[in-house]
Amino acid sequence: MSSLVAQLPAATIALPLAVAALMLFVDERRHGLKAALSLSASLALLALSVALVARAAAPVAHVTSLGGWPAPFGIVLVADRLSALMVLLAAALGAAALVFSVARWQRAGPHFHSLVHFLLAGLNGAFLTGDLFNLFVFFELLLVASYGLALHGSGAPRVAASLHYIVINLAASLLFLVGVSLMYGVAGTLNMADLALRLPQVPAADRALFEIGAAAMGIAFLVKAGMWPLGFWLPAAYAAASAPAAALFVILSKVGIYAVMRVWFIVFGGDAGAELLAYGGMATLAYGLAGVLSSQQLGRLAGFSVIVSSGILLAALGLGDAAATGAAIYYLAVSTPGLGALFLLIELVERARAPGADLLAVTADAFGIGDEPEPEEEPGIAIPAAMAVLGLSFAGAALLVAGLPPLSGFVAKFALLAALLDADRVPVAVWALLALVLLSGLAAIIGFGRAGVRVFWPAQERSIPRVRMIEIAPAVVLLGACLALTAAAGPALRYTQDAARALHSPGAYIEEVLRTP
Amino acid sequence: MEIVVACGIAVLAGSGVWLLLRPRTFQVAIGLSLLSYAVNLFIVIMGWVRDGAAPFVQPGVLPDPARFADPLPQALVLTAIVIAFATTALLLVVLLASRGLTGTDHVDGREAEE
Repeated sequence: MSSLVAQLPAATIALPLAVAALMLFVDERRHGLKAALSLSASLALLALSVALVARAAAPVAHVTSLGGWPAPFGIVLVADRLSALMVLLAAALGAAALVFSVARWQRAGPHFHSLVHFLLAGLNGAFLTGDLFNLFVFFELLLVASYGLALHGSGAPRVAASLHYIVINLAASLLFLVGVSLMYGVAGTLNMADLALRLPQVPAADRALFEIGAAAMGIAFLVKAGMWPLGFWLPAAYAAASAPAAALFVILSKVGIYAVMRVWFIVFGGDAGAELLAYGGMATLAYGLAGVLSSQQLGRLAGFSVIVSSGILLAALGLGDAAATGAAIYYLAVSTPGLGALFLLIELVERARAPGADLLAVTADAFGIGDEPEPEEEPGIAIPAAMAVLGLSFAGAALLVAGLPPLSGFVAKFALLAALLDADRVPVAVWALLALVLLSGLAAIIGFGRAGVRVFWPAQERSIPRVRMIEIAPAVVLLGACLALTAAAGPALRYTQDAARALHSPGAYIEEVLRTP
Repeated sequence: MEIVVACGIAVLAGSGVWLLLRPRTFQVAIGLSLLSYAVNLFIVIMGWVRDGAAPFVQPGVLPDPARFADPLPQALVLTAIVIAFATTALLLVVLLASRGLTGTDHVDGREAEE
């Protein structure tokens, strides 16, 4: 029994992989069977990842050596607090997106469920792997699945956006390979824990080569995370993707951030290049902020919100100590389901609108038209229930993303800023970040407020969207999870602080990995 | 020998980057292929010790590991080649779909205005 439990991390990769492969053989017309298989597998994965989180606390990391080969030679899966949390987030988003897709999107193209499960397998592998080359392989797995998902539903705008997305990510993968092989060539190992031990022994002449390799790999990660000069593709690709795919893509940008955290803290101890992350993160934040203010389309608005959250995370990692990193991980855990819910809601909200209404709205803003007084509506007509639920959920998601009280987005930003300001002499960069974070909240309120007013209180006639229970439920459940994170902010923050402390002092992690027989 | 390989990789990578920045989708696909050849060669030479060192094991003589090429990069490059194959095939399909849907082979799906 204990040996079965020890294989838990491997199971979170093997289960979606096996189910995805199995579903390839199910006839495309049998939607019911596919949905049942896929949903039950996704619920099982959710249960597995909850178990993983529950076990991750003991003692530092839970190491599984695949095939029984010891660590520097064999392949290891490492489940510590951070990676278990990421696996749980991915499973939760995956389940929400799958439930959402059962209503319509699963019929929009072939093999939707298989692609989602391949994506989940790749994500879990990338979160759990302990060596760089498997990180590359799992990155490729999740990227190839995401190419399929980006194209899901087809149509000219989607194919054009996907083409850019695919080419940029293929080029980034090549950089990743260059980085991995340079690091291997210098240090002679691919295991992250082993790399950290061998780095001090690298001769000074080769050190630069090693750092070039790490930089090339870092660029590949930051392209995924959407850091400022590398993230121009992100809003277009996310806005063009179908709603469940876009919701899943939220975690894809977090994979980049996770990989930066993992490799940077273990191999370099979170030291070299901190300024780059800090200022790059702030530039990303400023770019996202401008984007949020200038977006005409709800999808792009959400895409720029993803960039804003990446910027906050990167800057916090670059500037802060363990306490700030802990708050940043909590922010990551909150913003991921929040943004996922937002992408799901946007699709539902947009059904209510006439095509081209976005453009009209902004033009009307600019020229001050559309402000003529409306005739008084008859009193006593209730807003239709669907619209009310949609409006409330949209407002909740917007509050969460903007980081306003009472939802957990506020708790996360507050904890982050409190940790950054908790020093005797606060550096100027921290004040700049403080200003940018507060401004980004303001920009989000303005952006979402404008969009919300135009969608829910339009001047012209609108149709009530036909929304099914099964479509609104996943978004509401994701928002509910964020609400629960607000209520349980104490234990959740303790968990993320422990994760951050383990990241900042990787000695125990390294020992645990290399000690495992 | 090293300079020849290095120049070869540089030519492949340079042509790849140039083609990658071209406006036609087919050029981009070929550019990515060239770039992946360059990267694959790069990985292989990471495990290449020096020329003229054949890995012969003579009876009675303890083999010197320093004379062997490192086998790990060769394993890595096989994985990388397979992945590059698959992604190139996928890219070609998307490229054709884009051509069919938009009627042009420009990467933006529409011709640039003159």
